[in-house]
Amino acid sequence: MIDPMFEEALRILTFQSGFNSAVVVAGTAALGLAGGTVGTFLLLRRRALVSDALSHATLPGIAVAFLVGAALGLPERSLPLLLAGAVASGVVGLLTVQALSRFTRLTEDSAIGAVLSVFFGLGVVLLSVIQNLELGGQAGLKTFILGQTAAMAQGEAIAIGLLAAGAALAVALLFKELRVLAFDPGFAAVQGWPVGALDLALMGLATLVTVIGLQTVGLILVVALLIIPPAAARFWTDRLPALTLIAAVIGALSGWLGATLSALLPKLPAGAVIVLVAGGFFLLSFLFAPARGLVAAALRQGRLRLTFAERRALTDLLDGRPAESSVALWLRLRGYIQDGALTAAGQTAARAAARDRRLWERFLADYPALLPAHANWGVDPIDSVLPGDMVRLLEERSAPS
Amino acid sequence: MMPDVQEFLQIDAPALLAAVLACAACALVGNFLVLRRQGMMGDAVSHAILPGIVGGFLVAGTRETLPMMLGALAAAALAGLLIEAVRRLGRLESGAAMGVVFTVMFAAGVVMIEQASAGGIDLDADCVLYGQLETILWLAPTGWASLADPAVWAALPREVLTLAAVFALCVALVGLFYKELKITTFDPALASTLGIPAGLFHYGVVLLVAATAIAAFEAVGSILVIAMLIAPPAAARLLTDRLAAQILLSVALGVLAALVGYGAAAFGPMLLGASHSLNAAGMIAVASGLILALAVLFGPRHGLLGRRRAVGRLRAAPGFVAPEAQKP
Repeated sequence: MIDPMFEEALRILTFQSGFNSAVVVAGTAALGLAGGTVGTFLLLRRRALVSDALSHATLPGIAVAFLVGAALGLPERSLPLLLAGAVASGVVGLLTVQALSRFTRLTEDSAIGAVLSVFFGLGVVLLSVIQNLELGGQAGLKTFILGQTAAMAQGEAIAIGLLAAGAALAVALLFKELRVLAFDPGFAAVQGWPVGALDLALMGLATLVTVIGLQTVGLILVVALLIIPPAAARFWTDRLPALTLIAAVIGALSGWLGATLSALLPKLPAGAVIVLVAGGFFLLSFLFAPARGLVAAALRQGRLRLTFAERRALTDLLDGRPAESSVALWLRLRGYIQDGALTAAGQTAARAAARDRRLWERFLADYPALLPAHANWGVDPIDSVLPGDMVRLLEERSAPS
Repeated sequence: MMPDVQEFLQIDAPALLAAVLACAACALVGNFLVLRRQGMMGDAVSHAILPGIVGGFLVAGTRETLPMMLGALAAAALAGLLIEAVRRLGRLESGAAMGVVFTVMFAAGVVMIEQASAGGIDLDADCVLYGQLETILWLAPTGWASLADPAVWAALPREVLTLAAVFALCVALVGLFYKELKITTFDPALASTLGIPAGLFHYGVVLLVAATAIAAFEAVGSILVIAMLIAPPAAARLLTDRLAAQILLSVALGVLAALVGYGAAAFGPMLLGASHSLNAAGMIAVASGLILALAVLFGPRHGLLGRRRAVGRLRAAPGFVAPEAQKP
């Protein structure tokens, strides 16, 4: 029961399950890749949710385009026309958000909320008009809301893949400009960068990713492609090139695995499956990423506590005070004490710890403002944090007179 | 061709009542979201409750309101905790944290719905998104005269009664804690020094929004909930500078949007000669958007045209020296 399904999954994953499904899976992976790269800069620019307004605002455009197509007598729903409508109304929604937050006293979050709900409401009204007109081909419109890969034609998947690759390439070409825009727009403006145009380019790329993602992921969840991969990548690194790459990889993997899963389970909406896969990557990163993940942070904290307790117990022992039993056990394991007394190695370690502590206390008392931001004073060996002449000065000052 | 009285009372009146109550309740609590710059919280909550609703539905096995509401409330609380955890532990900005949490929870809800409907259960994502105003029926009244009978009122549909209760709860809580809400909204630091727990009120507002959204979504759908939480308070904010006036105005505008929107959806096509009505929840959202647009343009002091007029008055005032004339 499981085996044939597993083999099928393997075939789809390795692009061996027929040309059509391979194209759909590859196209969705490219979409995820584009979402990750473009989303990285949206996240850093704190514009992540603007794309939510954008994606909801595409619905009335899709509906109007469908009506126009029907009025022109086009036989089937024509995807380029629908997507052109989506772009048009999405851009109108985007501009409305910017105008509301720039020219009125409303804040951006209110502008986003108002635009996304009102535009989506308009789209829903137009959909009910279409329903009443009883035109053919309208069933396809619903797939834009929650997404469907099964209905994707080869040509559509190829187009999506190419456009997505283009968006990712554009980010790569504009990398330097987008970087300065993301971290210091004021500086960028002073240096003569066209900040407004760059912002426009970034939102244009977001629009592109959103619109080509409508069919696969659906307009309610397409924002997840732009937000989740970079948010997950944020746990792995603090450097922008690495962040962008990791976000791209997570996005591509989400698209690839998600499209495979939804090919296996055609009843489930593809968008939801892809988003859940991306959510899984986020959870993994949140917990286990070495740089900022929860487990890594807890381990670091634990190691810090242990080192601190060890050093305190050693200095206590040197002064003749006994160590706590739990710490004593640890010191015995490290070979620092035997039968309640310090060993030779323990003596050395204890003296080093006592010297560190004495010098750190002197330093904090005399130069509290000079404490380096990342130093764990009292735990890190002072020679590895402060320059040699400062340590010598502290030695002189703290020498017992 | 106008509908007869009985049809109006049985079909349109309960839907209208539900819409009005939902809009009033959402607009009331929405004021604090708008002022606290948390407009997206309504969006996040109304998406994130989906798995809770489906879960409650699956556990109870019926379309009873209570288990679904409990599930939704649990999901809303979970979403709040997760957003806060992702924001703090992941050091992400709150917008991104919301975006991660609500999309994943909504996706989980969509998958749960599809699984459930595979088992032949009647629940789909559509009714969560657009609500089902049109299915709220009040079969008791037979004409205007029957409204004098208390038994007719006792037979009001469940959705209307729930919404009335939630609206009353919102009014009571906002009235009771008006002073505290005001000070924690505008100056949380001052509130803390005065001994008012600003953090507690923050979560209180979020929870009240969640409760309102949950009560309203069943009747009007999550999209209209978001529109009503934001658009009427935002419009009112452009019309006045006083909190009390803003709150009253926002409720009035919400009710107006409900009336205009429902009227346009139910009777508009009929006046144009078409036989079907349009989606009422969507139309109400559009009406609230139009109201907001009017406020943006014509608000007396903060509207775009009003501001231009004020600048013009300044320029015309005696003693005005144009900036370009001041340059040496």
